Amino acid sequence: MIDGFLALYIFMLAAFTGKEIIGRVPVILHTPLMSGSNFVHGIVLVGAMVALANAESPLAKAIGFIGVILGAGNAAGGYVVTERMLEMFKSSKPEKKG
Amino acid sequence: MDTQTMLVYVAKASYFLAAVLFILGIKRMSSPVTAKKGIVQAGIGMVIATLATFAITGGHNLPLIVIGIAIGVIPTWLWGKKVAMTDMPQMVALFNGMGGGSAAAIGAGELLKFTSGAETPPLATLALAVIGALIGSISMTGSVIAWAKLDGRMDKRFTFGGQQAVNFLVFAAAVVAGAAIVFWKLDTSLVVVFFLLALAFGILMTLPIGGADMPVVISLYNALTGLAVAFEGYVMQIEALIIAGTVVGAAGTFLTQLMAKAMNRPISNVLFSNFGGGGGATEIAGSQKAIEASDAASLLYLADKVVIVPGYGMAVAQAQHKIWELSQALIKAGKDVKFAIHPVAGRMPGHMNVLLAEAGVPYDLIYDMDDINPEFKTTDVAIVIGANDVVNPAAKTDKSSPIYGMPILDVVDAKQVIVIKRGKGTGFAGIENALFYADNTRMLYADGKEAANKLISELKAIEGGGGH
Repeated sequence: MIDGFLALYIFMLAAFTGKEIIGRVPVILHTPLMSGSNFVHGIVLVGAMVALANAESPLAKAIGFIGVILGAGNAAGGYVVTERMLEMFKSSKPEKKG
Repeated sequence: MDTQTMLVYVAKASYFLAAVLFILGIKRMSSPVTAKKGIVQAGIGMVIATLATFAITGGHNLPLIVIGIAIGVIPTWLWGKKVAMTDMPQMVALFNGMGGGSAAAIGAGELLKFTSGAETPPLATLALAVIGALIGSISMTGSVIAWAKLDGRMDKRFTFGGQQAVNFLVFAAAVVAGAAIVFWKLDTSLVVVFFLLALAFGILMTLPIGGADMPVVISLYNALTGLAVAFEGYVMQIEALIIAGTVVGAAGTFLTQLMAKAMNRPISNVLFSNFGGGGGATEIAGSQKAIEASDAASLLYLADKVVIVPGYGMAVAQAQHKIWELSQALIKAGKDVKFAIHPVAGRMPGHMNVLLAEAGVPYDLIYDMDDINPEFKTTDVAIVIGANDVVNPAAKTDKSSPIYGMPILDVVDAKQVIVIKRGKGTGFAGIENALFYADNTRMLYADGKEAANKLISELKAIEGGGGH
């Protein structure tokens, strides 16, 4: 069991991390970044898998099953579209850095 | 240590690794040089976390889990692979809605378990299960409506008298139902009513929002899904969900603010006021002056510095490849060519950059609004293709205009402006554009692709000695 205050600390630190790591993102990457972060919350799949594994009644299984499908869709779809978008970025000066 | 305990340790260590990979991945995705590595890294984290989860579920309902993953992954993967770049924003909306739905489903499952009386949850767990389910449900139905609007399946804004009041009442009812579950009675029918209200609110709050504001809304729902995942992660006691969800929630909220700022519209305005209905802007005097492709080509031939301002209309006409071809011809002729992008060009910030990148335009030719605006004064020819509201000087001069105050590209400062446009209609926000009536503006009425094609051939003709 994660203690309530410990969870609060995790929450606070993760929130600052989230804001800091994208602090200097150029406008050209806003859409891919939104798509990428959309992929990352696809981790909800893991929670849905655990919920389905613990399900006993048919109704609980049905709800867990839907959760797994939706979570897997979020993760897979989010990855594919982000990767496709990022594949296209290239510089006109490939030799120089930047 | 028995095998099961060891597996749990392995899984927990894997979640830790996944959380680190997610944070590094998002960090890398915020620079064009490392972005590609970033998504791959986050992807590895996701695979590790998913595989580790099989270890701790002990094989319960294994076939269902595997089938569920297959049903979720295969169609979205195939669809995501082949969908056009112009349709990316609605795909993001749809996948985001799925994530919100998944979080809501977890919440529903947990609440159902609690109502059966098998275990009494601590107050914090129960409250977070309810809040996560509320946010997840709103994000799911809201994202689906956003997807339908962007995909052109639902063109009109849907408004009626007293809408704000109705929306508020539905939201308040959902909150009251949620509070009743937490503090009063864990009852199945109450849980059902709670979910119906939350799902309905997601639809109701998105219906009246116009297409022009959709980017901000999708970004907001993205952040909300992150939060819902974090809350349900606490309920499920899985640290990876708490960390990844919170990081996305914070990053998404920050990104939403950046976008709203770029449009000069407070988020409260986006959500609670109507936009894009025309409004009482001042009539514009003068007329639009047309130009032929051959004359436009001569203007380009004589210019030293050319700035191209693309908008979503260019992408709709699939003209980005031709525009890049035209730019290459101009660059070859020794001209200084730059692309100017408004922060909200396209359907999402950065969307236009993706579309240009797809056509092969290197990102170092592409300039942000703040960098390019001072340069318009020294620009010989500015070509506006498919952009409208983001170049409308009324945003600076006409206080009665609905877009007054929105930062714009100062295209009107260029010596000559060529606007490529199919007809005389207004833009996405339904507002007349003062730029089109300016003295230094000439209108090239044509489909974007066709116009670019003509400009290329006329330019070649001029360079080849003018005979045609």
